[in-house]
Amino acid sequence: MSDLLEVRGLVKHFPLASGLLQRLAGQPARRVQAVDGVDLSVASGETLGLVGESGSGKSTVGRTIMRLSKPTAGTIRLSGQAIESLSMSRLRPIRRHIQMVFQDPMASLNPRRTAGDAVAEPLRNFGLASGAERDRIVAGLFERVGLRPEQMRRYPHEFSGGQRQRIGIARALAVNPELIVLDEPVSALDVSVQAQIINLLTDLQAERGLAYLFIAHDLAVVEHIARRVAVMYLGRIVETAPTGRLYSMPHHPYTQALLSAVPVTDPDALSQRIVLQGDLPSPIDPPSGCRFRTRCPMAQARCAAETPVLRPVADDHLAACHFAAPNPLGG
Amino acid sequence: MNESATILSLDDLRVDFDTREGPVHAVRGVSWSLAAGQTLAVVGESGSGKSVSALAVLGLIPRPPGRIAGGRIAYRGQDILGMDAGELRRLRGNRIAMIFQEPMTSLNPVLRIGEQIAEGLRVHQGLDRPTARQRALDMLRLVQIPEPERRLDAWPHELSGGMRQRVMIALALACGPDVLIADEPTTALDVTIQAQILDVLRDIKTRLGTSIVLITHDLGVVAEMADRVVVLYAGQVVEEGPVRAVLRRPTHPYTLGLLGARPELSSRSTGPRRTRLTEIPGTVPSLREPIIGCAFAPRCALASARCRAEAPVLEARGAGQRSACWHADQMEIPV
Repeated sequence: MSDLLEVRGLVKHFPLASGLLQRLAGQPARRVQAVDGVDLSVASGETLGLVGESGSGKSTVGRTIMRLSKPTAGTIRLSGQAIESLSMSRLRPIRRHIQMVFQDPMASLNPRRTAGDAVAEPLRNFGLASGAERDRIVAGLFERVGLRPEQMRRYPHEFSGGQRQRIGIARALAVNPELIVLDEPVSALDVSVQAQIINLLTDLQAERGLAYLFIAHDLAVVEHIARRVAVMYLGRIVETAPTGRLYSMPHHPYTQALLSAVPVTDPDALSQRIVLQGDLPSPIDPPSGCRFRTRCPMAQARCAAETPVLRPVADDHLAACHFAAPNPLGG
Repeated sequence: MNESATILSLDDLRVDFDTREGPVHAVRGVSWSLAAGQTLAVVGESGSGKSVSALAVLGLIPRPPGRIAGGRIAYRGQDILGMDAGELRRLRGNRIAMIFQEPMTSLNPVLRIGEQIAEGLRVHQGLDRPTARQRALDMLRLVQIPEPERRLDAWPHELSGGMRQRVMIALALACGPDVLIADEPTTALDVTIQAQILDVLRDIKTRLGTSIVLITHDLGVVAEMADRVVVLYAGQVVEEGPVRAVLRRPTHPYTLGLLGARPELSSRSTGPRRTRLTEIPGTVPSLREPIIGCAFAPRCALASARCRAEAPVLEARGAGQRSACWHADQMEIPV
């Protein structure tokens, strides 16, 4: 089966403004290496979870796939069609098939337009429906995401955070996309509301065969919603596997540490915490070789000299570590 | 000192905020007590009143629009609400300290790290400059800041979020308070950095015997850090008790709902894997209107006519906990 979304060797560097003196001295412009060679794929109807901490580059991956930001290198294929260098006009029809939901829906909603208008906008833009037909579709979307059709006339500030996220989801659904890129869709919400939104996303996927690229820092949320997971650290994917496998048998020391750091409510939780030392290094000047080596409890000389590539450690399970070994957290 | 002696207590605390549309009752009769040497977690979602009740302890409610509408706050039996500005300042500096979610907002951006810590020591404890600087260095060591000598002369903006939170803890503990109020201290941090900060707090509790009030929305953090927990909903305590008992056998439908709504790492939990999260339907009530009956009733599956008419009071339950629910005995706890 060919994948709906296929990303190969994705690189996104942001040049830093350099001073005149540095330029005169012929020093190369420094760049933030936000994403540095990422491969991933999402099959139709499935959820890929992309997890990482701040600075991992996970959101940049999402924004680059959406072409909100132009990739520095690499290919992005949607249903086989390369979209990484399409012009904006050629990109327009593609956007019907791929939509995005953001962490803070308030930032993506126009405060002076009604909620109904916000959801109707993509229908208008793509000329999919007009007049009473459009109103009927929008009302249906409102009901489907758990809002009342009469709320179409209200403004974004009149809604709670959870309701605004429902509007964001309705808007993404309006054009019947095949893939939705969700960037931290529940991280600003209280836990009781977060559960409502996660369940809504799960139901919508089952009903419509949607594929999700679910970007989040919360490992428990990702375990709950994703079929496969990719873990990012400082611009690179360090491990990827089917969800159950990755969470029960992590092979990369970063994945192991990350999982062990999540607080759980079970007082009898099996806990063998690996506390990482130090902070994330700067993506302007990342460590040579393995980017995780400066915080890795297992790092050796080879890790500085030689960049580990993602290699199979089991069926459908890849890890980028010279010393990858299972660490069954459950046992 | 007696291990179980109460060091800080809130008794029926009420806090209102005056707005153009009328008063908002943010804290509606909250009571809890912190035992010496223990960690008490105050947990709740947005609007539960967890932060406001903690700010009231240090007299940090902005007035106006805020107003203490009733109740008592006692530190070692002394009434805090009756203190004058001078007494309150001495209490804040030397006895009770507080740290916040975003350390950058409480650090002075134009003072070097060492200076900020030393300043408090000179003002509150009358130390001379060299002694205060030495003590500042000791504090940075205590919170496990790497290269503490170099960090003394660093500016706040040169530090990462996790390092800034360590500096805040050092600053808060410099004058040797016996109570530390930590308001969502790790919420803005990544999970691996959160683990470091929680380690520092645990270490401080063990080494210095500091009593901690930990305000959080995360029941996982509660499980790891606290001895007792108070669950707030809409400005009221709905359940409180020893952490293990409350998390294992909650006796209020809201506590049970919070646990069910939270996705848990399956590999680290002993319970069965859930395929669907339990939703708590609806949203929190408006604190502007008077709440008749149980505040949670509109979202509760067990709610009856009585719940909508008559507010339940906290009653003792099984394993040393208390909860405010008319139907606690009908709750079904998934094992």
